[in-house]
Amino acid sequence: MSILAVLEHNGKSWGRTTWETVAAVQQMARELNTTASAAVVRTGGQALADEAAHKQFERVYLVDHELLNDYTPDGYSIALKQLIAQVKPDVVLFGHTYQVRDFLPKLATALNTVAVTDVVSHRVEGSELVLVRQLFQGKVNVDVRFSSPAPHLASLQAGSYRADQAVDGSSAVEVVKPQLSAADLRTKPLELFRESQRAVDLGAAEIIVSVGRGIKESDNIELVKKLADALGAELAASRPICDAGWLPMERQVGSSGQTVAPKMYMAVGISGAIQHLVGMKGSRTIVAINKDPNAPIFEVADYGIVGDLFEVVPALIEAINKAK
Amino acid sequence: MKIVVAIKQVPARDSQLRVDSSAHWIEEDDLTYEINEPDAYALEEALQLKEKHGGEVVALCAGPARAAQTIREALAKGADRAIHIEEDNLGAFDPLAAAKLLAAALKSEAPDLILTGLQSDDFGYGQTGVILAELLGLPHGTIIMQVEKQDNGIRVKRELEDGWFQHVEMPLPALLTIQSGISKLRYATLMGIKKAKTKEIRRVTASDLGVASTNPSIQLSRVYLPERTKQTQLFDGSPKEAAAKLVEKLKFEARVI
Repeated sequence: MSILAVLEHNGKSWGRTTWETVAAVQQMARELNTTASAAVVRTGGQALADEAAHKQFERVYLVDHELLNDYTPDGYSIALKQLIAQVKPDVVLFGHTYQVRDFLPKLATALNTVAVTDVVSHRVEGSELVLVRQLFQGKVNVDVRFSSPAPHLASLQAGSYRADQAVDGSSAVEVVKPQLSAADLRTKPLELFRESQRAVDLGAAEIIVSVGRGIKESDNIELVKKLADALGAELAASRPICDAGWLPMERQVGSSGQTVAPKMYMAVGISGAIQHLVGMKGSRTIVAINKDPNAPIFEVADYGIVGDLFEVVPALIEAINKAK
Repeated sequence: MKIVVAIKQVPARDSQLRVDSSAHWIEEDDLTYEINEPDAYALEEALQLKEKHGGEVVALCAGPARAAQTIREALAKGADRAIHIEEDNLGAFDPLAAAKLLAAALKSEAPDLILTGLQSDDFGYGQTGVILAELLGLPHGTIIMQVEKQDNGIRVKRELEDGWFQHVEMPLPALLTIQSGISKLRYATLMGIKKAKTKEIRRVTASDLGVASTNPSIQLSRVYLPERTKQTQLFDGSPKEAAAKLVEKLKFEARVI
């Protein structure tokens, strides 16, 4: 029995969930009474591998090939399949990042198994690993068990494990050279880019009022803007609002938008899909106003009002103005 | 360009869900269903590509008899024909088995491009499209925001985290998973709804396709409502009373007013 973590990076720095993955594999290894190792995929990634080796691992594998300089799903899938065949881990863990979502199902299929994606927690029953994931955009949880032979693959939702619990140590780095040819890589990745300079830095706001689908129509955004003004807050939104063009993309909070942790985050008509929660659940105080008492936003909220936002928000604006 | 769009019918987004007595799934009796939202955008993208480059759009859907409604809506919006894999208990199929169903149904189709939503709103695995690509031996791109046809393939815009994007080029045939919001969704026209009635729907079953749900790689052992990680203070009463109680807390407890 052994566990392998695949550590995400962009060639220069680690991904924002990488140390969470490290903390998770170390914890699982302790609970399953086994060892954890790590893999770094990178052309000439010695410096990254050395840095990872300062954490407590049995071994750090540097998967090194000149065709792995830029991420491609073909390259990563082929290289990791070979690494898994060599190392024979029982469990392989990833962060549930956009990159992992791109190649993990392909890797799992190549291994004739299914990965458990977007895991929020785990427990060990005897020697069996039970993973918890969410269904219906976070409204329902489900326990998932593996019924196929190892390797068992899973990806962890951002924020589900604590990066500061990763344990330091000293481990050996082993370089692994996969068999890979240019013809294997069918997609050609080009440069990364951003659409526009961000004029709004939501990360600097002390109070954020954020609006979601519950607002129903573009014209109604004005009501929430009034609430933001009363609180001296920045106005933000969940993805569907920005997709619809009701607010600019730069005001989007969530996995594809900005990550914020203000003193107060007030979610108005936002159900709290996972993609939104990862962008705001670090806020100090979270307030939710939603008509559905089972909306996932209430799982992270400190204060809440279950009700029609078109009645609650005007009352709230009035009460805030009175209190000032 | 021949485009297949894989679509799924899921419970409507604002459904109030209850866990059923077996704790293996949710109560389905009182639910209403709709097309999985990212799949609606995949369909829209397929229709726009057809309008630009010509060809055919084929809607592919696995699900019970009620999914026929979602298929008819896709035909009414402009899909040329459809394949309905009739399967009552799609939940018994893990993502690999579900993708095998879709792959088997496409055996005689040879599309240039397969589109699907980036994930489903029910199971949310976010895997079926990529697995299907692997089973069919196709290159793929995920979380796609733009598709441009080029002389020898396509160039797509892939969404990354934190507002970053990347262009990726790949040959056809290929599979793409489409992000919500890639374009504006169209409504079915009256003419479209009328025409849809005459369009071909090929119906097959899992056993016709020789795909079974036995020996899944993963098992969903128990479904339950999440436990609250935080103790939420809920304020009731009239909107006015609730607002006053909340503001009191924000002022004296959270100290943000």
